[in-house]
Amino acid sequence: MTHKQLELQAEQIREDIINMLVEAGSGHSAGPLGLADIFTALYFEIMEHRPKQPDWEGRDRLFLSNGHCVPVRYATMARAGYFPVKELLTLRKFGSRLQGHPERLRLPGLESTSGPLGSGVSQAAGHALALRMDNSKCHVYVVTGDGELDEGNIWEAAMFAAKYKLANLTAIIDRNNIQIDGTTENVMPLGDVAAKFAAFGWHVIEIDGHNFQAIIDACNLAKAIVEAPVAIIAHTIPGKGVDFMEFDYHWHGNPPGTQDVPGAPPKKDQARIALHELRTLGGRIRGEHE
Amino acid sequence: MIEPQQHLAPDLFSKEVRQEPIRVGFGRGLLEAGHKDKQIVALCADLTASTKMDDFAKSYPERFVEVGIAEQNLVTVAAGMALAGKVPFVSSYAAFSPGRNWEQIRTTICLNDTNVKIVGSHAGISVGPDGATHQMLEDITLMRVLPNMIVVVPADAVEAEKATKVLAAHRGPAYIRLAREKSPIISTDKTPFSLTKAQVLRLGKDITIVACGTMVYQALVAAEALAKKGIEVEVINAAVVKPLDTVTITHSARKTGAVITVEEGQIIGGLGGAVAETLADHHPVPMTRIGMHDRFGESGTPQELLEYFGLTSKNIAKQAAELLKRKDPRGDRA
Repeated sequence: MTHKQLELQAEQIREDIINMLVEAGSGHSAGPLGLADIFTALYFEIMEHRPKQPDWEGRDRLFLSNGHCVPVRYATMARAGYFPVKELLTLRKFGSRLQGHPERLRLPGLESTSGPLGSGVSQAAGHALALRMDNSKCHVYVVTGDGELDEGNIWEAAMFAAKYKLANLTAIIDRNNIQIDGTTENVMPLGDVAAKFAAFGWHVIEIDGHNFQAIIDACNLAKAIVEAPVAIIAHTIPGKGVDFMEFDYHWHGNPPGTQDVPGAPPKKDQARIALHELRTLGGRIRGEHE
Repeated sequence: MIEPQQHLAPDLFSKEVRQEPIRVGFGRGLLEAGHKDKQIVALCADLTASTKMDDFAKSYPERFVEVGIAEQNLVTVAAGMALAGKVPFVSSYAAFSPGRNWEQIRTTICLNDTNVKIVGSHAGISVGPDGATHQMLEDITLMRVLPNMIVVVPADAVEAEKATKVLAAHRGPAYIRLAREKSPIISTDKTPFSLTKAQVLRLGKDITIVACGTMVYQALVAAEALAKKGIEVEVINAAVVKPLDTVTITHSARKTGAVITVEEGQIIGGLGGAVAETLADHHPVPMTRIGMHDRFGESGTPQELLEYFGLTSKNIAKQAAELLKRKDPRGDRA
């Protein structure tokens, strides 16, 4: 895909995310919107995978450690052809395969079950080690939030992956600086995340998580590094694409239409305005493409 | 009368009965299972020798993973390996795993239905001098409430070896609880072990004792003592605490009309809780639950502690005599 096509695909996925969350009436908004470019790049450019054969042995693996961001994964999977797009509107509803937090046994194509934070990096690391034991060439990706770096389990996994030199493991850390109670640096300062991972023995790359060239380049570089696991610290804007949601931690755990937030439109208009204002990376609103 | 088809150890009641730590049986079982199935991997959290993973680690270094003192990582790394087709056994002291990492076990192993076997060593009060922090008493309860989880508490090293091999071949999450101290070998290679069946070791009509782990031996000794007073005790080894063999236990309760449970752990939610739930559903009878009564242990020799907390054949026999007084005089009420 060209970068323009990837941008348009990401915009479509953001629209799906808003529609899903509004229909569900609950769920996380800011993280999924902020991760839309990274997921688009992973599923449409970077990973080897077969949407019609989700358990294909030769696939690259993607673990989602911050399970609450799963709307972006569902939307991307649907657009990649894993399941019908209309199923997205069943998110969080009774009987749906699209559980509020991802469950491997419900939906083919999910590598694991997650939600409680901090356990994705270690699962991905164990998986990478097992694949290496079997001489597999598949690459293991794990997406984590930055808030979840508060969890001790993450740093246990960081030591482990470095000890076993898991070069087939790439962690993409969504550095959006927010968590439920506020900004990460107020809730529990993370400080220099890059220095921390480097000190733990990882190769660290910092990128703009909304720049497709940067995302693709970083993932290519990660595959070329054979001595250590790679942490890609992707700086993203929470709520990316919707003006009144960007940078505002109030939208971490709520969809448009559920709360009055200073500076945001009234509740009843939020969903409509969010969709209308949705911007691509070029800064143009949706209507301008047509 | 001892059930002859159980093929129990002939020297079971002799003073020279052979003794061995239950965890040693696990080590043998793991080595043998690992020899047969190359997908088996072993992970440990800095307690390789104490949890008896050392023979496997020496024989199969390429399939042994040392995660350091990090029990949350221990089980989640294992979950990730299981998702790639491996059969991970993870060991630590039960106080730490599943003591510290319950949520990771719940989400990444049980809800996720990954083929991980959790081995909790040094469980129970008989850990002794280490004190309350290391005497894991709540693990049966913690693991039993989790959907998809199997819970096995072997009665001796021979049964631990069998259970390990059976669990290695069984697909799905499991917890196996081991004890530190030497305990009498009560069974033989011919003694049956099944994940779906509790074993009736001794037949009796007056009272049923359901025990697991180290307490099975104590129950058998108590039954012998009671037999001399004319009380015929049925002894059931409920090594598989979950799924509990409801049929065998209910059948026995129907026959004897009184049930005692014995375990080296909290009776709340433990084997005692499990049997009480089953009988409440199917055939309530007067019951006595022997175990830890909502309290912690303390430092001491294993023998001192077992005596202090009533986890001896002597106390079991005493409690049995007490329970008989409460037994419904009409016998079978079904």
